Amino acid sequence: MTRSIKKGPYVEAHLMKKVEALKVSGAKRPIKTWSRRSMILPDFVGHTFNVHNGKVFTSVFVTENMVGHRLGEFAPTRTFRRHGSATDKTAALK
Amino acid sequence: MPRVIGVDIPGKKRVEYALQYMYGVGPTRAKEVVAKLKIDPATKADDLTSEQIVALAKILQEDYRVEGDLRREVSGNIRRLIAVNCYRGIRHRRGLPVRGQRTSTNARTRKGPRKTVGAVRGKEARSVAKAGK
Repeated sequence: MTRSIKKGPYVEAHLMKKVEALKVSGAKRPIKTWSRRSMILPDFVGHTFNVHNGKVFTSVFVTENMVGHRLGEFAPTRTFRRHGSATDKTAALK
Repeated sequence: MPRVIGVDIPGKKRVEYALQYMYGVGPTRAKEVVAKLKIDPATKADDLTSEQIVALAKILQEDYRVEGDLRREVSGNIRRLIAVNCYRGIRHRRGLPVRGQRTSTNARTRKGPRKTVGAVRGKEARSVAKAGK
């Protein structure tokens, strides 16, 4: 089920405030945020966000094509190493 | 066999079903188009007059996106997702399911035939495996 259009896009208020402040000052500083669920608005284009992935902040430079996605989509939360390789840990077991 | 828009050659079936052999035309669209042109849905595709075929081709090409255009649009959308490096794009790139399905088992449509990976033991075997990659 998609979000009702009536409500408009969801952006966390505190994030919006930061973006607006940046726009006024005209500076291009990365915005640090935990708000992965916030939608990327056209106003965000050209800014860099440091999006938290649960562990570290991933730097996301917003381009026009990203509008409408959520910030979290660009900061993967999982790391897949690969199967079948013996790690140092398993080698130590022997 | 009549041809509607280039290579599409629906067979000896009723128009409403024959049209569905086209990419981008399903039951709903086929019936809609046939009704719009006031063609009897029971006529066999072979029995269509050439004017009817021209009219069908026109309406399908102008009012809907079918065949090449649709295919191009779909692959373009996927290319955009990959270029933008979002989660869905990454899943497309890696050939894994995109919409949150489980991958521990199943997901064979996206992953293709099973490729068993055994454990690579020992230092030498590991360096061989690495070199092979």
